[in-house]
Amino acid sequence: MTEVTRRGFLQGGAAVASGLLLGCQTRPPQARPHDLSTQEVGTFDTWLNVTPEGRVVLVVDKVEMGQGTWTGSATAVGEELEVDPLEIEVRHAWVDDKFDSFGIQGTGGSTSLSDRYLPLRETAARARIMLERAGAERMQVPVESVSARDGFVSHPPSARRLSYGSLAADAASQDRPKEVTLKTPEEFRFVGQDRPRVDGRIKSRGEAMYGMDTQLPGMLTAVVVRPPHAADRIRSFQADRARKMRGVVDVFEIPTGVAVLADSYWRARQAAKQVNLEVERRDRGSAESAALRAEHRRLLQAESGKTLRNDGDTQAALQGGERVIEVEYFTPHQAHATMEPMNCTIDATGQSVQVFMGTQAPGIVRDVVADVLGRKREDVVVHSCLLGGGFGRRFMPDVAYEAAEIARRSKGPVKLVYSREDDMARDFYRPATAHRFRGAVDAQGTALAWEHRLVAPSLLGHMAPRIGGALGPEWMRGFMNATASGFARMVPRFTGPILAHEGAENIPYKVENVRVESVLHDPGIQVGIWRSVGHSNNGFVVESFVDELAVLGKQDPVEFRRNLLAEHPRHIACLDLVAEQSDWGNPGPGRSQGVAVHESFDTVVAQVAEVNVVGSQIRVERVVCAVDCGMAVNPEIVRSQIESGVVFGLTAALKSQVTFEDGVVRESNFDRFQMLRMNESPAIEVHIVPSRHSPSGVGEPGTPPIAAAVANAVYAATGERLRELPLRLQA
Amino acid sequence: MIEFDLNGERVRVDIEPETPLLWVIRDEIGLTGTKFGCGIGQCGACTVHLDGKPVRGCLTPVSAAEGRKLTTIEGLGPDADHPLQRAWFELSVPQCGYCQSGQLMSAAALLSQNPSPTDAEIDVAMSGNICRCGTYDRIRAAIHQAAKEMNDGKGGLG
Repeated sequence: MTEVTRRGFLQGGAAVASGLLLGCQTRPPQARPHDLSTQEVGTFDTWLNVTPEGRVVLVVDKVEMGQGTWTGSATAVGEELEVDPLEIEVRHAWVDDKFDSFGIQGTGGSTSLSDRYLPLRETAARARIMLERAGAERMQVPVESVSARDGFVSHPPSARRLSYGSLAADAASQDRPKEVTLKTPEEFRFVGQDRPRVDGRIKSRGEAMYGMDTQLPGMLTAVVVRPPHAADRIRSFQADRARKMRGVVDVFEIPTGVAVLADSYWRARQAAKQVNLEVERRDRGSAESAALRAEHRRLLQAESGKTLRNDGDTQAALQGGERVIEVEYFTPHQAHATMEPMNCTIDATGQSVQVFMGTQAPGIVRDVVADVLGRKREDVVVHSCLLGGGFGRRFMPDVAYEAAEIARRSKGPVKLVYSREDDMARDFYRPATAHRFRGAVDAQGTALAWEHRLVAPSLLGHMAPRIGGALGPEWMRGFMNATASGFARMVPRFTGPILAHEGAENIPYKVENVRVESVLHDPGIQVGIWRSVGHSNNGFVVESFVDELAVLGKQDPVEFRRNLLAEHPRHIACLDLVAEQSDWGNPGPGRSQGVAVHESFDTVVAQVAEVNVVGSQIRVERVVCAVDCGMAVNPEIVRSQIESGVVFGLTAALKSQVTFEDGVVRESNFDRFQMLRMNESPAIEVHIVPSRHSPSGVGEPGTPPIAAAVANAVYAATGERLRELPLRLQA
Repeated sequence: MIEFDLNGERVRVDIEPETPLLWVIRDEIGLTGTKFGCGIGQCGACTVHLDGKPVRGCLTPVSAAEGRKLTTIEGLGPDADHPLQRAWFELSVPQCGYCQSGQLMSAAALLSQNPSPTDAEIDVAMSGNICRCGTYDRIRAAIHQAAKEMNDGKGGLG
């Protein structure tokens, strides 16, 4: 093993790298340099280590934020290595340019398992063969006569067996097999089985270590007092009283506010209340939710925007249609509201800089911290902690930037902690969007025309370097510039999917005349990627409007969709399964059903929501889901992720929104930003369409259809079409 | 000096009496299983037991613990093996996991008062705990499973 790798292992906290160590390259095939049989240091993003003590350590570049990537990865490896996945110790990797997955090292886009499933199995199979060969040599028997299972290489004829650990060193000197034969699905012991999560125990014992739980000797806690709006400037500040308070070590200005450092969070927070800022108000843009709605309405009528798709002639079809409708839909801003507030710990006092953070983009974090501290990138070590929720928020490096600005001026290690109010006020929100639909059906009820005009800001505009720097506060330019190369590399890969119109232009329904137009409008509110990104809004509006056309054509909503989906067998399979399992057409007493189906991240999800409407109260009683995500590596993870997507989407459908008054977020904590609670959470059933295709993502696809399924059920119950989130019936 | 019993051990802390229990437990004592979520008693991530009753650590001043028994997730069951913790693992309840210490503490308090709660009773006891990953359905199932195990006499109350 070379020094580079050893250093990486030590930095990454994996501690051990003796025994059998194999690298694995999990990037998509087109980006993969081939010969996996050579141990080229630096081309691998995942490492499998069988130690002389018999531990199996898997170091992965993808981070665990609840989506189950640790479990999925361990399952793929355990299957071929013949080790129970629960016995595998999974660790987050260090940062390395070779771990790039989007041009940067990051976790998102529901890609973690889909990219890695086969490469992980190949690497594990290779390790197993090397262990078998080492075992056969040691026992002086033909390799064909031994087999590996549950951590031992056995030779049944002589009833001898040797542990993986005892063979690890010898296995390491075996030639790496070029070709490996993977197990067939019939031979699987773990893949496809309902098995507990590998992180389930530590997370049930309070032992899981999140960024917030970082404790270092001599560490201080920092909180930042910020102006009401990110664009505002601090003219001066008064902190004499704060400085005298017990436990307070330092108070100083950074580009985003005034940092208060103390020996505990509570003391820092109390002192922060005694800091007075004199703020110079700057242009806060047109960030007013009420005004934004008016502007959206105007734009829907006045602007035609950019044509994203134009099949046939919608204009003529609309004029010739038997029945025609024109309607508008609106969605509000949303916060990520991860349960773990933003935080980042940096120790910049030593030879190298140590960063402890739960982040979806450790590569960007490293670059930002290096830039702020004027250090070389290789001198910054990012220790990726577990994430107390990500949902896209932890892709942004703003918190690491702030923490680095504080660490630069601090004499000791320092942990920056956001209050919930800080977290809500400085989010990268899901954008508010507006939509105008026009549609027509003929006398037989067949859809003739589909016209969709949508108004949204560019998400990339707030993330990419130049535009983001220009629109955002000045400090943002620093990190945008610091990571310009990373973002620039990321942009081409994300240009299509990350934009606000994903899920709108590529509707699966076969309609002769389709026109989709996008009007770019930016009210100056900082936006970003929010679980399922554009799909989260477009799943709602597209699946609601399809329902409107079904009603217009006097068709059953499931049948209407099926008839337009002849070229999409996966959609049909999901619709059929969800209709069967929900007993479509026969809701329970006092209940009504609504259906929706949406594809995102290569996974198709159909849902039937059963609601009970009493007065103006919408109660979702039951949600039945059918999902086609290819092969389900761990069906229990698939089901739990879809359930999670449903609840996340229900919060946005029924409860939460973020509104701005003079640019300032009104929903400053969970008293006003309401989320679904246990007593409002429906019974959720998830049915998986059997598939032998390679696995696709499940972290996000459960979210897009649910708001429409509920709105469609409310229509069935009341005859009232709700075209705005959160869904509200008039009292 | 404020003195109380923490997970069976006597502790003394020299701290401002109005400091919330959450920050005493995390920053002063160094037990990090109890989580900070909202700071206003809305999310329940900081739920701990004071003399067996669930309280919000972010709103309860440490002075309220004087002379009393404080239990955190680290002290929930012997060897971290409370029937609820086993059920949480077996039913794959946690996702990101951040809220789960608080969920478990609320659930344990419920079962100590009501060994066989109905769905409706679970809803009442648990609706003060937010889970952004949406694990509610599994929490409900895990509480039932743990209740059954405890009632069958297989597990201890811990």
